[in-house]
Amino acid sequence: MAPNAAPKMTAAILSSPHGPRANRVDQVMLQVLLALIPGVLVMTWFFGWGLLINCVLAILFATAAEALVLRLRRRPVLPTLGDYSAVVTAVLFACAIPPTLPWWLTLLGMVFAIMLVKQLYGGLGYNPFNPAMAAYVFLLIAYPVEMTNWLAPHLLTQHHLSLTESWRLILFGALPPDLSWDALSAATPLEALRGQLREHQVMDAIRGASWWGSLGGRGWEWVSSAFLAGGLYLLWRRVITWRIPVAMLGSLLMLAGLFWLIDPQHHPNPAFHLWSGAAMLGAFFIATDPVTASTTPRGQLIFGAMIGVLVFVIRTWGGYPDAVAFSVLLLNIAAPTIDHYTQPSVFGHGRKS
Amino acid sequence: MSVTNPESEHGQSRLWTFHGGLHLPDEKALSNDQPIEPLRLPPLLVIPLRQHIGAPARPGVRVGDQVRKGQVIGTADGYVSAAVHASSSGTVIAIEERRIPHPSGLPAPCVVIATDGQDAWAPLPAPLTDYPHLDPALLRERVHWAGVVGLGGGAFPTSVKLRSERHIETLIINGAECEPYITCDDRLMRERSVQVLEGARIIRTLLGAERVLIGIEDNKPAAIAALSAALTQSGPDPHIRIIPVPTRYPSGGERQLIRILTGREVPTRGLPAQIGVACQNVATTAAVADAVLLGRPLITRVVTVTGRAVARLGNLAVPIGTPLSHLVAHCGGFRETPRRLLCGGPMMGFALSDLEIPITKAFNCLLALTAAEAPDPGPALACIRCGRCAEVCPVRLLPQQLYWHARAKAFDRAQGYNLFDCIECGCCAQVCPSHIPLVQYYRFAKNAIWAHEEERRKADQARARHQARQARLERLEQERQSKLRKKREILDDTTAATVPGQVADGDLDARRALIEAAKQRAAAKKAAAQSRIEPVDLG
Repeated sequence: MAPNAAPKMTAAILSSPHGPRANRVDQVMLQVLLALIPGVLVMTWFFGWGLLINCVLAILFATAAEALVLRLRRRPVLPTLGDYSAVVTAVLFACAIPPTLPWWLTLLGMVFAIMLVKQLYGGLGYNPFNPAMAAYVFLLIAYPVEMTNWLAPHLLTQHHLSLTESWRLILFGALPPDLSWDALSAATPLEALRGQLREHQVMDAIRGASWWGSLGGRGWEWVSSAFLAGGLYLLWRRVITWRIPVAMLGSLLMLAGLFWLIDPQHHPNPAFHLWSGAAMLGAFFIATDPVTASTTPRGQLIFGAMIGVLVFVIRTWGGYPDAVAFSVLLLNIAAPTIDHYTQPSVFGHGRKS
Repeated sequence: MSVTNPESEHGQSRLWTFHGGLHLPDEKALSNDQPIEPLRLPPLLVIPLRQHIGAPARPGVRVGDQVRKGQVIGTADGYVSAAVHASSSGTVIAIEERRIPHPSGLPAPCVVIATDGQDAWAPLPAPLTDYPHLDPALLRERVHWAGVVGLGGGAFPTSVKLRSERHIETLIINGAECEPYITCDDRLMRERSVQVLEGARIIRTLLGAERVLIGIEDNKPAAIAALSAALTQSGPDPHIRIIPVPTRYPSGGERQLIRILTGREVPTRGLPAQIGVACQNVATTAAVADAVLLGRPLITRVVTVTGRAVARLGNLAVPIGTPLSHLVAHCGGFRETPRRLLCGGPMMGFALSDLEIPITKAFNCLLALTAAEAPDPGPALACIRCGRCAEVCPVRLLPQQLYWHARAKAFDRAQGYNLFDCIECGCCAQVCPSHIPLVQYYRFAKNAIWAHEEERRKADQARARHQARQARLERLEQERQSKLRKKREILDDTTAATVPGQVADGDLDARRALIEAAKQRAAAKKAAAQSRIEPVDLG
């Protein structure tokens, strides 16, 4: 195209529509942060101050990393920081990592998420992978011990770390005197279930364990419910659409239900799948990340459903107890292809009506 | 009865919906209580020769001519063109380029008339009140003469749309007026309902349509009531029905309204006639009635002057060619300096550069928005692919994909995503959380593709010309060659017959005899010629 054919895009301001706009990116991100509050509070209740400390550290690190990389890329810093997307990434990451993770791993994760996964690809809107999940998976593979060291939920432990103890643990790795890790930590329900099934226990016996709750693991089920509530808020405010969460949870429910019906002694009930691990957080807050998800209506159904399938497959037969991060990343890379093959039929192009 | 519950008649069971669309604050209450007011005659009328789609009208007057109200001052140049008329009496003082209401802001030829204040009518053609029994060609000719064009904004010459090769089953009269702020059609339907219905009957007769559906958004109950009352008064008409449609922008888009009322989608790049539908705007319909029943050309139109920057908002009956400044003065000037001055509504209107621009046939609304009404959207942020644009697109496009490709100048890709189905309604840009001027990108891509196609067309023509020339030269060369070959063959034949082996003596003798005979003939001719000349010399 001849360069002189290009109109002056500076005149964009005079282009229709002229009225006030309904929405803005920072408002979308603030809605997401608002919707994360119940989940964060419930997690803090069950797992202690560490979660809030991680949130604060992750937000600081993410913001600093974003500011630094924008500087290096010679882009305006404040407008980008003002879209709060880095804060959302930080909080999602903080919800995914163990609440006592050493601070330098949080730093590493945020630097990886913001500098490499997000900004190296061009910043918000251009990154093919969900930054929080990519960082989580990177750390999980590189630091498996630290990344699987979960605290026992409030209901199942005698000792609750105080705010100071939590700080000391995260910053210096110093446990309170007279306490060992064994007294504090516990396997997550998915991990416990996996271990016990490997030891050829049957579900009837596993259901008698102290950590078993009514929907998921004790404590954990409340966390999932809180994320579900936040997700419903996002749906109500029309920040997200129903397709991805419903497709993801639906396919997970159906697969889990199918195997549970066939072999109830070796498969947990479907509710356990939905209320354990990151299923709810993933369905409403991570798989719905608009940048990295499929955008066509049919594509979103496929995208969500495939994540649900992968979550079930990896949880049941794979090498990790939970799989939301892996599944989301795998589908992130498939999203452009899914979009390409699921374009809606355009008005007047011969749709059956 | 007249406000039809669509279930009751003609087997139409329901209304349909189109994908997407928006519920916008309609802002109609600002001006929809203001009756249509006549406007004092302006001292100058600037009447563009092209106010329509198609060829500009040919000027039929000269500078210094006296013109009268309703006189043709520009004749339609061809089938897809429209005549323009003097909106009042006076003197033509110039025929020159002036700025007209157009997104480009470029000037175009206009006839400038200094009005004489008499407002004296030219002789008008006779009313054609008995239209059902008249030749349709005569009626079309009348509409053509009257310079009626689509008054909903399209400005396509109406007479062209009054003829159809295909059978038209349904005539849709578009009274949706879905753009916020605009109330001119609302007021017209309330105050000139009889004329709207008459026009609908005339067009139905011309097209032979079985039914007329008048679609009006349900935020205009007074217009619906007025038309219904007029329909009841005029006696039962089983063909015409008034159908309230849900208020949702852009239900007034031609294709969207057809979809709502008939459930059918006009094929892409096709015409409504392909699915047996014709669509006319209510104001156009009334203008057709004026032309046929009163013999009046289209020389005024209703213009809404609105927006919170205007002191006194209203709906004005404006002579075509009136400068905007005259309307603004009539409305008491501006309350505050408008942030945006627009022709049309906030969703699809375009910015006007100054107030000397005249009102044209398709100019439905002068919108002066305050800074609060048209806040600066701020710099565009990166697209976060949220897909809100696709949710609201009434054409079911993927606006963000179009945006990526338009931005990357990957125009073939953009066309692959059906760029040219975009109706530029602005829904996508309205909801975009990144405040990207999406429609601007699509216009840019469309223009670039058109320019490219134009270039390619010219290149193709040049190539075709070049190839034709090459072919011609080759053909001539071949013809020359084949002639030469034939000659050579003949020569070869004679030589073949003579040369090889013994040349017969008799043959040689025969040749000599022939040559001898030829010489004698030549000598005889010469002698004869000389003998013819000699007497002249002697005489």
